Amino acid sequence: MDVTINVNGTDYIRDIEPRMLLVHFIREELGLRGTHWGCDTSNCGTCVVWVDDEPVKSCTMLAVMADGHRVKTVEGLEGPDGLDPIQQGFIECHGLQCGFCTPGMMMTGRWLIDKNPDISEEEIREGISGQICRCTGYKNIVEAIRWAAEHPKGSEVTA
Amino acid sequence: MTAVEEAPISAAGNPIGFGSMKRKEDQRFVRGQGNYVDDVNLPGMLHGAILRSPHAHAKILSIDTSRAEAHPGVVAVITGKTLEGIPRPALLGDNFAWMPTLSYDTQAVLATDKVRFQGQEVAFVIATDRYTAKDALELIDVDYEPLGAVMDAKKAMDPSAPVIRDDKGQTDNSITDVLGNKYWESGNAIGTQEAIDKAKADPNCVVVTQEIMYPRVHPAPMETCGSVAYLDPVSGQLTLWTTSQAPHAHRTVYALVAGLPEHKIRIISPDVGGGFGNKVGVYPGYVLSVVGSIVTGKPVKWMEDRSENLMSTSFARDYHMNGTIAATKEGKILAVDVDVLADHGAFNGVAQPTKFPAGFFHIFTGSYDYPNAHCKVTPVYTNKAPGGVAYACSFRITEAAYFIERLVDCLAAELGMDPAELRLKNLIKPEQFPYETPTGWVYDSGQYEKTMRLAMEMVGYDELRKEQAEKRARGEYMGIGISFFTEGVGAGPRKDMDILGLGMADGIELRVHPTGKAQLRLSVQTQGQGHETTYAQIVAHELGIPPEDIEVIHGDTDNTPFGLGTYGSRSTPVSGAAAAVVSRKVRDKARLIAAAALECSPDDLEWSLGKWSVKGDPDRAKTIQEIALLSHGSLELPEGVEGHLDATAVYNPPNLTYPYGCYICVVDVDPGTGQVKIRRFVAVDDCGTRINPMIVEGQVHGGLADGVGMALMELIAFDEDGNCLGGSFMDYLLPTAVECPDWELGETVTPSPHHPIGAKGVGESATVGSPAAVVNAVIDAISPFGVRHADMPLTPANVWRAIQGNPVRVDMAVE
Amino acid sequence: MQTPAPVDYARATSVDHALQLLEQHGEDARVIAGGHSLIPMMRLRIASPTTLIDLNDLDELKGIRVEGNEIVIGAMTRHAEVLDSAILAEHYPIFREAEKLIADPVVRNRGTVGGSMCQADPSEDLSAVGSALGGTVVIRSKSGSRTVPIREFHFGPYMTQVADGEILTEVRFPIRPGAGSAYEKVERRVGDWPVASAGVFVVVRDGVVSDCGIGLTAVGAEHFSAPGAEEFLVGKAPTEENLAQAAAIAADSCSPVSDQRGPADYKKHLAQELTLRALRRAVAASQGA
Repeated sequence: MDVTINVNGTDYIRDIEPRMLLVHFIREELGLRGTHWGCDTSNCGTCVVWVDDEPVKSCTMLAVMADGHRVKTVEGLEGPDGLDPIQQGFIECHGLQCGFCTPGMMMTGRWLIDKNPDISEEEIREGISGQICRCTGYKNIVEAIRWAAEHPKGSEVTA
Repeated sequence: MTAVEEAPISAAGNPIGFGSMKRKEDQRFVRGQGNYVDDVNLPGMLHGAILRSPHAHAKILSIDTSRAEAHPGVVAVITGKTLEGIPRPALLGDNFAWMPTLSYDTQAVLATDKVRFQGQEVAFVIATDRYTAKDALELIDVDYEPLGAVMDAKKAMDPSAPVIRDDKGQTDNSITDVLGNKYWESGNAIGTQEAIDKAKADPNCVVVTQEIMYPRVHPAPMETCGSVAYLDPVSGQLTLWTTSQAPHAHRTVYALVAGLPEHKIRIISPDVGGGFGNKVGVYPGYVLSVVGSIVTGKPVKWMEDRSENLMSTSFARDYHMNGTIAATKEGKILAVDVDVLADHGAFNGVAQPTKFPAGFFHIFTGSYDYPNAHCKVTPVYTNKAPGGVAYACSFRITEAAYFIERLVDCLAAELGMDPAELRLKNLIKPEQFPYETPTGWVYDSGQYEKTMRLAMEMVGYDELRKEQAEKRARGEYMGIGISFFTEGVGAGPRKDMDILGLGMADGIELRVHPTGKAQLRLSVQTQGQGHETTYAQIVAHELGIPPEDIEVIHGDTDNTPFGLGTYGSRSTPVSGAAAAVVSRKVRDKARLIAAAALECSPDDLEWSLGKWSVKGDPDRAKTIQEIALLSHGSLELPEGVEGHLDATAVYNPPNLTYPYGCYICVVDVDPGTGQVKIRRFVAVDDCGTRINPMIVEGQVHGGLADGVGMALMELIAFDEDGNCLGGSFMDYLLPTAVECPDWELGETVTPSPHHPIGAKGVGESATVGSPAAVVNAVIDAISPFGVRHADMPLTPANVWRAIQGNPVRVDMAVE
Repeated sequence: MQTPAPVDYARATSVDHALQLLEQHGEDARVIAGGHSLIPMMRLRIASPTTLIDLNDLDELKGIRVEGNEIVIGAMTRHAEVLDSAILAEHYPIFREAEKLIADPVVRNRGTVGGSMCQADPSEDLSAVGSALGGTVVIRSKSGSRTVPIREFHFGPYMTQVADGEILTEVRFPIRPGAGSAYEKVERRVGDWPVASAGVFVVVRDGVVSDCGIGLTAVGAEHFSAPGAEEFLVGKAPTEENLAQAAAIAADSCSPVSDQRGPADYKKHLAQELTLRALRRAVAASQGA
């Protein structure tokens, strides 16, 4: 069936099977490979994107359910002035190793600090608790998100 | 080699040498521009999916693929029968239905006679897209005759146990290694037994025996395993994009398995989304993607589901360890003996050096000085997934470190002695290095007491013990757990260590281009460890070329020299050493070229970072960049010196390196519910020289989280019928940011004397060392209830049951 | 990655439209709310509906409001909204305490109250909350609405009163002035289903318990409830002894089964321990109110 989904500011019209998962629409139909997948039970959070203005697990939503909605992926984070502070924060604080969970973590992290610019360490930990990282032990992810909260305009160092 | 000097800073702000530096690879990852196997898409590519066995042990009576084959979009369905029809000139087996494992055993690619574990590969569907391939799996009809399953390793050798490997003509479930042994021993059996017997008879001594299980866990990298295979029908060239920690070793294995000429095989391991040992082995799925491409003439992609990953690929541990420790009442350890029952699953697929069929388990003697030790390890087949050595384990060192650190705590409990005091009494002293252990390891260097005292100081050990006493008086239960581990990493010396006959040395190649920019080609394979950054720093340290001017190339067998890959914390100790050695070769050659340019003798030159200058006349100098241009220019070179500034090296380590550390964990336990909260975790690591401290600390953080996971929640158990009870992330729990505390790290630096830059490797240290710290802390907390031991994972139920004096058996279904 | 079997899709524009679509697509059609139970089941191919009727556009089913002396929660209200609701925080902190422990923040952005109730997982936290508070659910069909007591809504694991051609539209809870409420859960890890949970409300008036409700999940409590314990407690002083006795009665009425979350004896113990802890806190809250 035909859908129109706005991804990172562009409307995409595609004819898709209703069973197609949103993560596959993003990866296969649009070729945006920054959104990953890591499980079959909505537990790992590597597939997190924004639908409208909230993070969702894109493996647990059919693409047809996003028809008429706005989606934002990791590829939409970087702006004309360079990397988003959340991206800079992950570089500054060594918030990533293999990079596989990173896009999902950044999408949730960006949302958390948008909601609460003065977010505490504990609130960040709770906020990313639906997302698994096997590499970092989370400490530097928490610090990366705090870094972004503390540098709303980013930094020229990392750009 | 002494402590690291502060490196000068490059124009781009990076250390020209060692020091914390932002990672080069981050630029692509934070933009979502990483390139993982599932991101590889080729024109005309087909998708494969595997039908897996629902039974743990069953005879295959028939497989009917006709409905699947008729399904629109299905291109081919491959079964074991298909594979039996494809002959191959291979070392092991004469057709594609079976493949060699890394332990000289055989493993079914697709089951032909019977299935031997739940999740085993039975058929392979190739279709135009991944949804259709999955649809077709439901259209394959397999008729099974269920057989009794061997799920309890302790019953595997019962005469009544069903025989799993009848394909090999076996009459029981014993495993025979390549040297013909059914069990493996190390240390001094007689001396150890005598010491234990003597201690038993001596009123001034104690002997403690404890059964300790390290249950089956899984590496579970966030990216599952997968591959894209394309065998060009015209050229015969096979290109395989695959999730591999060891691309070169895989190339050779495919040459053996598929009988393809090795020069026509190219393995590309693009970005790898975590490995932790899971991506060392060759899985049937990879082979099937290759076969699929041969059959269809098209590229074929296969990516695992999460449940396939958890149920069929390399697990870790599954060691039942029965330990005995003897000591004087003053706390001097006299002897340790351990008898291990090792559950290897249905195919012996462990990856370990040939001479060490139990891996490096015989490092179980730990960080302590005592004369007598002995281990016996007996492996058995069960109806579980094959594997064995995976999950950041340094070849069974994780089991060994957990074993001794748990056993020492049991001894402390028996003696009524503080576990810190007991450890301090027995630690190997700095002047004893190099230290030969009773099982034959030669530890290279260490300042154990210094490291331990730093950890105790950081955590405030004495104050915590006071707080604990006060809390106990109020009926509150906190625990303090210590783990002091030593591991041996960087396998290994060629004369002692090989995998399937391939020596464990690593090649490297350095090319310095005319403008002084360089490319370094590695045989090892990062899965997130940051090789693109740290290896540039090693070359920078040796040659003075800024790290931003050095490109590190890896993950493509056509573009890198041979080597055995990244696992067992071997990259820095082996390939990192190779990087230093090859840089020094370039530096030596640069000296000859500089001497020619400066019209002096090479002996008149001295090296300072980035340049050769005339002794006593520092203005007469050539920088490495100038020398690079000269080497490619028209300067007349001395006799015997070739042009250009390139070099290659193969590093054969003279010994393993022995990183170590002291970890202290503080927990609070709610005895009413059994819930454990980790309050603090202090980790002091000594991994020798730290190339990039930021990355080292990141490696430690990740391993600590692994330890928390294994100690508290990770588990693959089975029920009696053979059902895997940890087959999804709903059941196989991984720690989140909430369970992990804010790690507190410390360091001591004792360089390895035999490593060119004194680095020891750190990738697995924290995974090895941390589980015992957590478990010891929990047991310490609930010791007032009379608990001396309980097996991992210490879920709320297990902790509560331990308090009740009725601990659960963790490897089987909860009853 | 596991993928769903082929399915048709229709998006409802109103409850009436949804009911019409349900009728039109037959008994193997399923409504989809947040999808966080249904889509994983479809991916694992445990569920294979022929058509999905998407309720996500139905604003009429969203939101939390006070109507008379009842709180009304629309079936399409997301868990995140329940967690953040000022109305619920004022009257029944139990919601916030339970919601904080349901799945994770990203899942809570999509998962809905109605979806959780209708999935009827025997370990569902909201079912214990609902059972403790003892409200009603409103179910609509083409022939109109019917109201079912929440304790009669579930009649077994994964089974509810919602029949073919019906949709759960809202859940209603009576406001009880002076009530204290609390939720206690033991989970193996954050975001996991409970090993056991207990939720309670208590109204203490003039030194005695004038009203109370006890809900239990994951422990095999019939209708997620413990009526015997409630009966015992009402009219008695909220002493430690009485609370402990009520908790013991509650645990006695449970029939948990052993699984990887824990053995049955442990779950039974938790039923008692968590009920007692929740009662203590709810009593204190009621007395402080």
